[in-house]
Amino acid sequence: MSENNAAAWQALTGRAGERAALLGTEGLPTRRVEAWHYTPLQSLNGVAWQAAPALDDAAVKQRVDGLALPKHDGLLVFANGRFCKALSHLPACMDVQEYGDGSAVQPLLAGRFSAGLNAALRQPGARLHVPAGKDAGLIVMVSLTEGNGVSTHLHHSVTLDEGASLTLLDIQLGEGQYLTNPQMDVHCADNAHLSHVTHQAESREAARLGIIGACIGERGNYDSFTLNQGGVLARQEVVSQLSGPFSNTNVNAIQLVDGSRLNDLSSMIHHASPDCTSRQTVRTVLSENGQGVFQGKILVDQIAQKTDGYQMNQALLLSEKAQMNSKPELEIYADDVKCSHGATVGALDEDQLFYLRSRGVQEEQARDLLVQAFLLETVELVEHESLRDYLLKALPGHV
Amino acid sequence: MSDFLKIEGLKAQIDADGTPKEILKGLDLTIPKGEVHAIMGPNGSGKSTLSYVLAGREDYEVTGGSAHFKGQDLLELEPEERAALGVFLAFQSPVELPGVNNANFLRTAVNAVRKARGEEELDAVSFLKLAREETARLSMSGEMLKRAVNVGFSGGEKKRNEVLQMRLLKPSLAILDETDSGLDIDALRIVADGVNSLRGPDFSSLVITHHQRLLDYIVPDRVHVMAHGRIIHSGGPEVATLLEKQGYKQFLEAAA
Repeated sequence: MSENNAAAWQALTGRAGERAALLGTEGLPTRRVEAWHYTPLQSLNGVAWQAAPALDDAAVKQRVDGLALPKHDGLLVFANGRFCKALSHLPACMDVQEYGDGSAVQPLLAGRFSAGLNAALRQPGARLHVPAGKDAGLIVMVSLTEGNGVSTHLHHSVTLDEGASLTLLDIQLGEGQYLTNPQMDVHCADNAHLSHVTHQAESREAARLGIIGACIGERGNYDSFTLNQGGVLARQEVVSQLSGPFSNTNVNAIQLVDGSRLNDLSSMIHHASPDCTSRQTVRTVLSENGQGVFQGKILVDQIAQKTDGYQMNQALLLSEKAQMNSKPELEIYADDVKCSHGATVGALDEDQLFYLRSRGVQEEQARDLLVQAFLLETVELVEHESLRDYLLKALPGHV
Repeated sequence: MSDFLKIEGLKAQIDADGTPKEILKGLDLTIPKGEVHAIMGPNGSGKSTLSYVLAGREDYEVTGGSAHFKGQDLLELEPEERAALGVFLAFQSPVELPGVNNANFLRTAVNAVRKARGEEELDAVSFLKLAREETARLSMSGEMLKRAVNVGFSGGEKKRNEVLQMRLLKPSLAILDETDSGLDIDALRIVADGVNSLRGPDFSSLVITHHQRLLDYIVPDRVHVMAHGRIIHSGGPEVATLLEKQGYKQFLEAAA
């Protein structure tokens, strides 16, 4: 059976109708497609993914109420790809704009399968706008998906005008064997500052192809952090473009992969302007048969002199069957740049483990302590204290 | 008297690049309750191996003999069970734990041991009070509680941190593996005070050292000379003085 005869392909192109061309003609990406070599999607082929039915508001409310959310200034709830207006509220300075036609792939994400899939099937998500000079505080966004054989394709956009700032906690969770494919377009105007924490806590049976495309203006900052924790196969893809001089982006992540799950952090940091900085720390903890993927590209245009880039990815293997695939990539066309990168993969240090146990700490707790220690430095990269606390609680054997 | 350490014919080996290398070759040692014994011996005699085997490090394979503490077969126990039973090893090279806060580490350890011993766990406030008292006693800066365990500590600070852990965990058998190495005379005195303060009818200690110097401050009840994986001579504190003056030669020759 060729890829484009698969049940999934038939269903998805059928639902996309005249927009099916946005999906291409090759079917779901296989191992032969370089960008998907470590995260092939054939396992999704057998399911004729249907549109997800609406969920009962009361049940959604119960689920959201059960979350230990940090103190926030606004809350946006989405359930099975629909905005739950009754459960949402925003600070006065913000608005949720009407969804436009939005069927094109934004140029920044051109050629990326997750973005094509989203464009073909997209559902209106949050369209957040923070006016110039305003600080909208901390907004929590919860996207809940439930069901089997269904898919959602929310499309969000976050626009910060000049000098605006926003902290966004983006929680994604669910139950069942679904496919979720959210996209977020981020525009940070000059001097605008977006801190964005994605907590990917989808169902352990779900497939998840999320993508973020960010454009950052002069002295702007897009600070992205992902806790990749759920899904049987889950990719977080971040494309961050430093479009104005003296802008900064962080694309940090923690991945916790257990069972027979696969978590993937793929990123492209594009220095398209001089004097910009980028920082990336990705730490992955793998246990059981977990598979981790890190693909991180830093592209420095010829114009982007005085670029200062740093990339580090480290993986901790807690089992002999776990597997980590790391592919760092630097592509540099400017001659006056500072770009460093590094990668490590290893097991827990036996000396450290013995030291803790010799002090009476049970082996399991000792392992948890060392895993936490490995992750702590990365969590500390999150600027907002209550978000750090939120994240720490989500880590194994939390502090 | 059952409450003491009894090692009989202990043999242990380590895997050295694929071939087993025997390091302990039938070691006998008994430490009665309440006594402090010292082991001295040349490099490579197996002193550190003995301390690791008693603490339960897994890369050493015990191939013969036995080690009992408080009547229990020590070699059957996990390292954390040995700690709960009262065994404490002060490491020759304390391990750095980046990202693990020292105060959290100490509290986790103290409460793990208290829980295993059927004692009430300490809450954060009472633990911190205790930890502050103990750091002050060891002339340690309170700052060291806030830092990652042993990370960026000087040699002396690391050794004091070991003694701090020992004081907090209240062992009944403290094994000090060359705790004096790298210490200046003031630090040595502080470390020795830390050990001496625990001395009593329920506290035994095994002090492993190269130098008599430490034994001037922690005066042992017995001194054992170790060579080639065995105890080759035992005597009173005078043995340490003799060794300092004359070296190991006479003991090695007598044992040969």
